[in-house]
Amino acid sequence: MSATNEQQGLYLPQMEHDACGIGFVAHLKGEKSHRIIRDALTMLENMEHRGACGCEENTGDGAGILLQIPHNYYKEEAKKIGVDLPAIGKYGTGFIFFPQDEATRNTCKDFIEQTAKKLNFTILGYRKITTDNSPIGPTAQSAEPAIEQLFIKPEFDFKEDIELERKLYILRAHTVREINNILGGKDQFYYTNLSCHTVIYKGQLTTHQVRQYYPELNDESVTSALAIVHSRFSTNTFPRWRLAQPFRYIAHNGEINTLQGNLNWMRTREHLLECDVFTKQEIDMFMPICYRDQSDSASLDNVIELLYLAGRSLPHAIMMLIPEAWQDNEQMEPWKKAFYEYHDCLMEPWDGPASICFTDGKMIGATLDRNGLRPSRYVVYNDGRVVMSSEAGALPTEEEKVLQKGRLQPGKMFIINMEEGRIISDDELKKNICTEYPYQEWLNKHKITFSDLPKSTIKEEKLLHKELLQQQLAFGYTSEDVKTIITPMAETAYEAIGSMGTDTPLAVLSDQSQNLSNYFKQLFAQVTNPPIDPIRERMVMSTFAALGGASSILTTTENHCKQIAIRQPILSNADISKLRYINHPDFKVITIQALFTASGKKGALERGIERICKEAEDAVANGNNIIIISDKGVNKDFAPIPSLLATGAIHHHLIRTKTRIDCSLVVESGDIREVHQMATHIGYGATSINPYLAYQTIYDLNKEKLKHLNKTNEKLVENFIKASSNGLLKVFSKMGISTHQSYHGSQIFEIVGLSKKVVEKCFTGSISRLDGIGFDEIAKEVLKRHSLAFPDIENLEQRLEVGGNYQWKRRGEAHMFNPDTIHLLQYATKKNDYKIFKQYVEKINNQTEKAITLRSLLDFDLSAATPISIDEVEPVENILKRFASGAMSFGSISHEAHSTLAIAMNRMGGKSNCGEGGEDEIRFEKKDNGDWERSAIKQVASGRFGVTSYYLANADELQIKLAQGAKPGEGGQLPGHKVDEWIGRVRHSTPGVGLISPPPHHDIYSIEDLAQLIFDLKNANPKARINTKLVAEAGVGTVAAGVAKAKSDVILISGYDGGTGASPISSIKHAGLPWELGLAEAHQTLVKNNLRSRVVLQTDGMLRTGKDIAVATLLGAEEWGIATAALVVEGCIMMRKCHLNTCPVGIATQDPILRARFTGDPQHVINFFTFIVQDLREIMAQLGFRTINEMVGQSQLLKRRENITHWKYKHLDLSPIIFKANVGEDVGLYKQMRQAHPIDDAILDKQLVEAATKSLEEKTPTTGQFNIINTDRTVGAMLSYHISAQYKKQGLPEDTIQFKFTGSAGQSFGAFSANGIKFELEGEANDYFGKGLSGGKLIVYPSAKATFRPTENIIIGNVAFYGATSGEAYIRGMAGERFCVRNSGAIAVVQGVGDHGCEYMTGGLAIILGKTGRNFAAGMSGGVAYVYDMENDFPKNVNKEMVELEDLDDEDLITLKHYIDRHIKYTGSNIAKNIIDNWEVTSKFFVKVMPTDYKKVLQERKNKIGKVSV
Amino acid sequence: MGKPTGFLEFTRELPKYKDAKERIHEYKEIYLEFAEEKTKTQAARCMDCGIPFCHNGCPLGNIIPEFNDAVYNSDWKLASDILLSTNNFPEFTGRICPAPCESACVLGINQPPVAIEHIEKSIIEKAFHLNLVKPNIPKERTGKKVAVVGSGPAGLATAAQLNKAGHSVTVFERADKIGGLLRYGIPDFKLEKTIVERRVKLMEEEGIIFKTNTNVGIDISIEELNKNFDAIVLSGGSTIPRDLPIPGRQFKGVFPAMEFLSQQNKRVSEIVTEVDHRGSKYENGDIFASAKNVIVIGGGDTGSDCVGTSNRHGAKSVTQIELLSKPPETRAESTPWPLWPMQLRTSSSHEEGCERQWSILTKEFIGNENGELTGLKIVEIEWKTVDGKPQMVEIQGTERVLPCELALLAMGFVHPQHQGLLESLTVELDERGNVKANNYRSSVDKFFTAGDMRRGQSLVVWAISEGRECAREVDIFLMGESLLEAKDKGVLQVI
Repeated sequence: MSATNEQQGLYLPQMEHDACGIGFVAHLKGEKSHRIIRDALTMLENMEHRGACGCEENTGDGAGILLQIPHNYYKEEAKKIGVDLPAIGKYGTGFIFFPQDEATRNTCKDFIEQTAKKLNFTILGYRKITTDNSPIGPTAQSAEPAIEQLFIKPEFDFKEDIELERKLYILRAHTVREINNILGGKDQFYYTNLSCHTVIYKGQLTTHQVRQYYPELNDESVTSALAIVHSRFSTNTFPRWRLAQPFRYIAHNGEINTLQGNLNWMRTREHLLECDVFTKQEIDMFMPICYRDQSDSASLDNVIELLYLAGRSLPHAIMMLIPEAWQDNEQMEPWKKAFYEYHDCLMEPWDGPASICFTDGKMIGATLDRNGLRPSRYVVYNDGRVVMSSEAGALPTEEEKVLQKGRLQPGKMFIINMEEGRIISDDELKKNICTEYPYQEWLNKHKITFSDLPKSTIKEEKLLHKELLQQQLAFGYTSEDVKTIITPMAETAYEAIGSMGTDTPLAVLSDQSQNLSNYFKQLFAQVTNPPIDPIRERMVMSTFAALGGASSILTTTENHCKQIAIRQPILSNADISKLRYINHPDFKVITIQALFTASGKKGALERGIERICKEAEDAVANGNNIIIISDKGVNKDFAPIPSLLATGAIHHHLIRTKTRIDCSLVVESGDIREVHQMATHIGYGATSINPYLAYQTIYDLNKEKLKHLNKTNEKLVENFIKASSNGLLKVFSKMGISTHQSYHGSQIFEIVGLSKKVVEKCFTGSISRLDGIGFDEIAKEVLKRHSLAFPDIENLEQRLEVGGNYQWKRRGEAHMFNPDTIHLLQYATKKNDYKIFKQYVEKINNQTEKAITLRSLLDFDLSAATPISIDEVEPVENILKRFASGAMSFGSISHEAHSTLAIAMNRMGGKSNCGEGGEDEIRFEKKDNGDWERSAIKQVASGRFGVTSYYLANADELQIKLAQGAKPGEGGQLPGHKVDEWIGRVRHSTPGVGLISPPPHHDIYSIEDLAQLIFDLKNANPKARINTKLVAEAGVGTVAAGVAKAKSDVILISGYDGGTGASPISSIKHAGLPWELGLAEAHQTLVKNNLRSRVVLQTDGMLRTGKDIAVATLLGAEEWGIATAALVVEGCIMMRKCHLNTCPVGIATQDPILRARFTGDPQHVINFFTFIVQDLREIMAQLGFRTINEMVGQSQLLKRRENITHWKYKHLDLSPIIFKANVGEDVGLYKQMRQAHPIDDAILDKQLVEAATKSLEEKTPTTGQFNIINTDRTVGAMLSYHISAQYKKQGLPEDTIQFKFTGSAGQSFGAFSANGIKFELEGEANDYFGKGLSGGKLIVYPSAKATFRPTENIIIGNVAFYGATSGEAYIRGMAGERFCVRNSGAIAVVQGVGDHGCEYMTGGLAIILGKTGRNFAAGMSGGVAYVYDMENDFPKNVNKEMVELEDLDDEDLITLKHYIDRHIKYTGSNIAKNIIDNWEVTSKFFVKVMPTDYKKVLQERKNKIGKVSV
Repeated sequence: MGKPTGFLEFTRELPKYKDAKERIHEYKEIYLEFAEEKTKTQAARCMDCGIPFCHNGCPLGNIIPEFNDAVYNSDWKLASDILLSTNNFPEFTGRICPAPCESACVLGINQPPVAIEHIEKSIIEKAFHLNLVKPNIPKERTGKKVAVVGSGPAGLATAAQLNKAGHSVTVFERADKIGGLLRYGIPDFKLEKTIVERRVKLMEEEGIIFKTNTNVGIDISIEELNKNFDAIVLSGGSTIPRDLPIPGRQFKGVFPAMEFLSQQNKRVSEIVTEVDHRGSKYENGDIFASAKNVIVIGGGDTGSDCVGTSNRHGAKSVTQIELLSKPPETRAESTPWPLWPMQLRTSSSHEEGCERQWSILTKEFIGNENGELTGLKIVEIEWKTVDGKPQMVEIQGTERVLPCELALLAMGFVHPQHQGLLESLTVELDERGNVKANNYRSSVDKFFTAGDMRRGQSLVVWAISEGRECAREVDIFLMGESLLEAKDKGVLQVI
């Protein structure tokens, strides 16, 4: 396989992701042994399922182990090459990955030699490492380096080891930089590390290959007191030996979302680097700190290393980079807050999910980021060993020796100090670090809070209506902007909501003068890292920012905190005035006018940009540390430079001149009026924003339109700012980023349609793949607006244009669905008239005048085709099977609309998708007339509504919805008024109570988690295909490759434009990409990795005609989904009012009056799909394809349309989209082979099913006993499938199948357990315990051999009972984070839980007989929790937004006692027994957590029943 | 959108007509008072659609949801601003437009549509009432002069727009009053002439010069036009009525509808009935329907106006006959929503008393020895499809004579008058005999054309639209660019 990592087509090497299993084994007292290594490797092998392999079983993504230098072994080995090693600590060693070619290797060695001399080192020798590459696959072998071990000795002794480490670092960093330069920048030269303490064995290996590849790891004389292991799951399969982990100081499981920004900021800091321990010359030798083409984890390691070597401890360095959520944490100790606040002035967080193991060879530790989304469990044994890993039991637990079982909590850290022989807890460790300097004092002295600054005396000028209008015109305002965007923000303090997706052109295709931000598409998290819920998990997020310059990150002085702190980035007009006229010795503010000559002459804008860049550079040189970029002062001669362009240009210019870090940028602009515009500015370096014109617009609105609100201007502006600020949090969170500071400058966008030159100059390093318009064209758009504001003749009464972005308007933006196309489509399908349909097709396809889609710029290359007769093309019926209707939930659309679509799809052999709201079980049975309302595709979304074993068993396909085109990275909400009795029943929720879908799936925080969920679902229905739904964005290709490796059968790439019931308008418009880009990238990447032939690739998003389908097929899709057009056929007329429940044609509504107006008919839908296929077949005949399979991926038959002359899009380069890789014949372009699913292996469930045969056949009871280890995953799901398939919803009678397990259960123990199952587990379990519990009973208690106290020790992992719908569970011990998340009916008793307990719960009961973590009951809209609050500290842990705390009434006490009694019966819990024994006293300590709305609804119901009975 | 659930709460309601017995004694408009609150309720029915089909259905592109919202919020200033931004004369269209917008209204799919036309009329009348409609005198004059030939709705709209842009506009009209068909075609009971005069006065105040009784080509030569004006717009309408050349056509009592209608309009305005709407002498003297059996030939709006006028004259009987078959009571299947529906329309004039017959072919006019009309020989026909084309077939044995002393020919207009101006200009015509134009520019340099003269007979709303679009082209011709609003091109469009 000739895989490379260069950019070809749309594939982006920098978008590669990895995630992993990590862990360490160490001895508390530092006792070295070979056992530590052996155990660590065993643990690694037991996390094989957390890693992945690509198209070859035996090529892994990378694995490795870090240990202390096994001095004795090396001493002997060194002798063999004639080297006499000095004492440990007196020499440095490390493995070098050399190029295979000997001559080149010698070149490298020569250079090392020279450098060593310069640095006063003596090279002792190189040892060739004996490796055995026989087990490794060809891909890995193709890039296998020649590995040699370098021994090197300093000529002088150092007082401390760290001095030697520093010198080794200089040597290593310098030689890497220089040698790779000499070798032509191909990165063929690499050190695993070079240290006097540690050594790393790693490579592109699977976990099992590590000890085979490095045989010496099996040598008993190789010993260490600590070992860190890492198994990598990457989204690609390219040979990248050096990306295997551990790195020099850390092993990282996670993903740095803000990497681009962090790297930029690091780069800007380099010139400030100075400290006592490195000379300037030395610093020059080892710079740059990070390289661009390495992984996020590698960069993180680089920075940690630098901070550590410059004098901070490792924990200190990590706390700087990955701080806890401190800003809004009222429970945090002041000294810790001061520490974080101080370091905030030095460094922005490296934000993203992270579980990190770290070591300097003397101490070892681990930490979790603020969200704590990666599992980390540890065990302390009484013989001094500590085992920490991603999964409990990965190294089989010796229960009798356990002293303590724990988990890492969000933001927490622990270290093992081997010198002291003890574990140092988070509290102790951080207290020491945080009190090292008087941080608080320094802050008090130097840091200024913005709100404390004196108000400016300059009075704010309010524009007259006429002046305002002129400004609005100059900045391209439309009345729609005012009405749809600004008004709701000012009125309600929320962003506006819209529906039905978007069908307008990309900015670069549009005829309408565009705001520059429209060329930027927001990126978002899917699969490889989770988005955050910015509302329910607000506590981890922050909008804090600081203004001012910066100092060296290597030193610690009070001057570092000379900054101004602001709470959130949007400044009012008074605020900016305050800042502009600040009078303070530490701050010097300058305003740069971002205007250019409105002459219309070529180059005018570019000259303007050059001018402001120069001005900014001079300003910084003159000591200004706050620059206000302002576009005020527009007049007839001067037009505004688009503020985003100005910001990006100055930001990058200052980065290039290495002065960026010396100042902050504030933008004062009329261009900014909506959240996306704010996000882009912050993403390109603005710290704060003053959208002055939006405020002036609000003042004007308040004169008439908003007068009725009786609010002051200030209040309305405050609302606008609040909406903006929350909107920004939402934008950050969809990328999984928690803080403004780390989003700042992170450039998390793809640019579509700006030229290379513009991007290079102003948005350096951003993703932009299609080229596009240059400065002059941008100027042209600006000048259009400018000419309206300053016309040559001022006769006409000026008005704002009406807009037409969010609604169709004649004078506005083009829409694919417009009065003509909707009419023709409805008419054609009703009349069953193909001729009329062809008129519709012509209207949609012909976009010569007004381009709407990228595909409209593509044409079929008929010169490359040999036409055939249409009769030779495969028949309509065959092709119809490849269609799916879009996922739309019952709830978002009416029963009538939903079932009409389902019937139609079933009649024609396609697949309908039930959406995320569950499915009424009556639909599983066919109707008397033969029609079937059952949806073939069942969706599994983050809310898990109605996802039961029975539901899953009744599907042909299970679709994991990772994102939705209209609002990727966001959750959803079904308001209470839409949840009627019927919908409530189907969703397993209470009618009248609102429902929340979380932004992330709480069981998918990374790619290996997705593999786990796929495995779960495959167990829950072995016959169903698993479909993973992704949304197009830059990097979706690498994600798709990861998904294919996670064994999904189908990958759906959705366009960003898809319909929706409700979504913030800014998300509908600005997040994600059209499918042309996403699909092509996914297909290209899958082909490149030779993974394409294992998966079906499907696409959807505004597919309208046969041409659309043909283009999609040529770009790589063999199946397609259509939703909006099918709804139009049912009668939808694009009201875009789905979120208001007022759909006048009875589709997106639950109002019975409106539902009665529905007139859709399955036959019309079938007519539509038949027409589409007919249209497609005509194209196939033209192109000479007999079958779809022949056609998939043949993108050479597409070409750029020839007659493109449009001034804007003629600049687009579409070749990356139609790029076709030159691959061998053995590389398939469409699905040809089955995925090898792990359920095919001898999994434990097969034994269970076997053992339960009698129960399954005759309903008779069965008992059984089994041993279990962490690789036994999803135990019970397949057994439940058999129960549900046979006995439907009711399952088997209670406790029919009673199985007992002993050991450490793998993830998803008891998942989807159906009625009749009773599982007892003696030992412990991992994450996702009882996921989707569907009536079964789960019991866990510690091993009988164990001596620890269950209440203080963790027994089940994170995210237990996620999406459980019914059943019971009794857990004698503590659970991790997010216990009972999205539970809608199960009853669970547990003895303690972590953070976010009962999150989003809508039903069921949780009884917690011990401590809870923070943010309990966030988003909990239903169900009840009883918490035993002995210490009376529970209330502060509760998120009270939706719940109330109450005392228990008699009814509650009866219920509670009943379940505690059962808990005792099943688990023998002492605590529970104690409680019952002292019931009089203990019962008073219980607190009831009751959701407010839920209580109201229950009360109303009670009243109703009461009335009826009276 | 004022009220998201308005369409669920309220039903369509329009002002009631005065009683038919009363109203046939006068030529006043026929509507009774309608409370402002009720109008706001009607506006609340608007659903502010994602795709406002009404806005597409309106030939002017009226931004209907926006003004509905303003009306609901009692913001009459905003409502009239929005309305006037796309329609120069809502007081005309608000009265006499057949309202294709309402046929396209989304609510109309399954409920009675929003009362858009009534709301339109209410807005503009309220605006006049509140003195919001003021002469809009341009600040700067461009120094360019434009002549507009013909003062019907197309010519007036052209003039108004061009004046707005700062050009000096002179409107030439060969009749004695400004307004074209607005003035002399449409009866006062549908559009009182004070409404037209109110607008003309405003336009005069804005600086437009009106020259009546001026027949271009005769009273003023083409050379003069060319010399004195930078651009000339031909908007003389489609004035040649379709004739019925069958035996007996010469009998006294067979008249084109316009001759009948224009006379009555003059009488109501107390103008001597000397010259007709084309500036020509009435050859046939006064035409009255009083005590006559009147037959109106042609089932369209002009025919309906003849019916209403005849009843007011006190006709003995009024019959309206139509060649085509009777349309269905509701929307025909061939014209689904949002198309302009083929369906039976009953006007207020019909309600005042009239017999309507369809599928009737007139074979012959019967007259007495004095050359006076006494009857109409008709036959019933059947429409059949032959070779995919509709063909009429007479039904045997249905031939009969209807007594008739006044037959009014209301069968539409064929094309503009060629004789005179158009011929001397040697302007190119299209295959239908209308002035041929490319983007409203005729084949003759500097000469533009708009309205029925260009597109053939059509609605007033189309005439206004033509005038506006034409004015924009003239403006571009004169200035190189135009900020005048066009219905399909936004000003933010960058070309």
